Amino acid sequence: MITLAHFLTLGAILFCVAIAGIFINRKNVITLLMAIELMLLAVNTNFIAFSRYLGDPAGQVFVFFILTVAAAESAIGLAILVVLFRNRATINVAELDSLKG
Amino acid sequence: MTFQLICFYAFAAITVGAALAVISVRSPVHAVLCLVLTFFSTACIWLLADAEFLAIALVLVYVGAVMVLFLFVVMMLDLDLDPLREGFVRALPVGLAVAFLMLFEMLSLIGVRALKLAPIGDPAAAAGMSNTEWLANALFSKFLLPFEVAALILTVAIVAAIPLALRPRVGVKIQHPANQVRVDPRDRVRIIKMAAEKPAMLDAPVVAKPESPTS
Repeated sequence: MITLAHFLTLGAILFCVAIAGIFINRKNVITLLMAIELMLLAVNTNFIAFSRYLGDPAGQVFVFFILTVAAAESAIGLAILVVLFRNRATINVAELDSLKG
Repeated sequence: MTFQLICFYAFAAITVGAALAVISVRSPVHAVLCLVLTFFSTACIWLLADAEFLAIALVLVYVGAVMVLFLFVVMMLDLDLDPLREGFVRALPVGLAVAFLMLFEMLSLIGVRALKLAPIGDPAAAAGMSNTEWLANALFSKFLLPFEVAALILTVAIVAAIPLALRPRVGVKIQHPANQVRVDPRDRVRIIKMAAEKPAMLDAPVVAKPESPTS
């Protein structure tokens, strides 16, 4: 029998993998965006598990909204990435310091 | 150990392994493909949690649209990977330490909380509905306004993303209707008063010499 703890553990592991990904890939914007997607996935897994074990549809409705917002976010993020690469010819975060005072 | 639990462990192992590959492989294209695998096995896990609609939506929206968008952008950019990888080894101990610390904290919390929840049957089946119907009943009654706002957010995202990525092309001949409407005839035609003049070539013979064009 799959318990709630199974899903929550999987969500926690996914979230921590994404955290580690943000730490070790600090230069690459694409990998950072993918780590954010992984975090959202972990949170969605938690929402679905709680919705299932508490019998409340609100959790799945929230997953629906998170999917919507994440799709919008990645569309705009990738558009910004394309513009960035067109203007600077790099996506290295360490070189994006033109706003530094 | 039931069949469902075996499936859960298999899908969870694939999910975690693919997620580790996403953050560690060198090529961004391979990372995106591993992320596709992660999403797909997570969709299988959501199926095990009786969330059929969202599992299918995850495959359709994420694997079908967002990941293809990622792949498209990654392949379109001509990336120089070596400067992006520097600091990978140096940041590895810190990243692993923070990740394991967070994991330990979360797992200890899960151990406390999950004991208090008794496992229940599928709530949608208990209500005598399919999962999609159960979700839609909540979505279109209690969450109708947030649903409309979600549609608005998607529209705003389109409106924001298109001008960002649109490149104005130079040297292309297009009509500007505003300029066409605003045009003034006096800018185009200038009428000059002058004396009437008889064109010379009407009188001239056909084989007229060029040095004496007038009669």
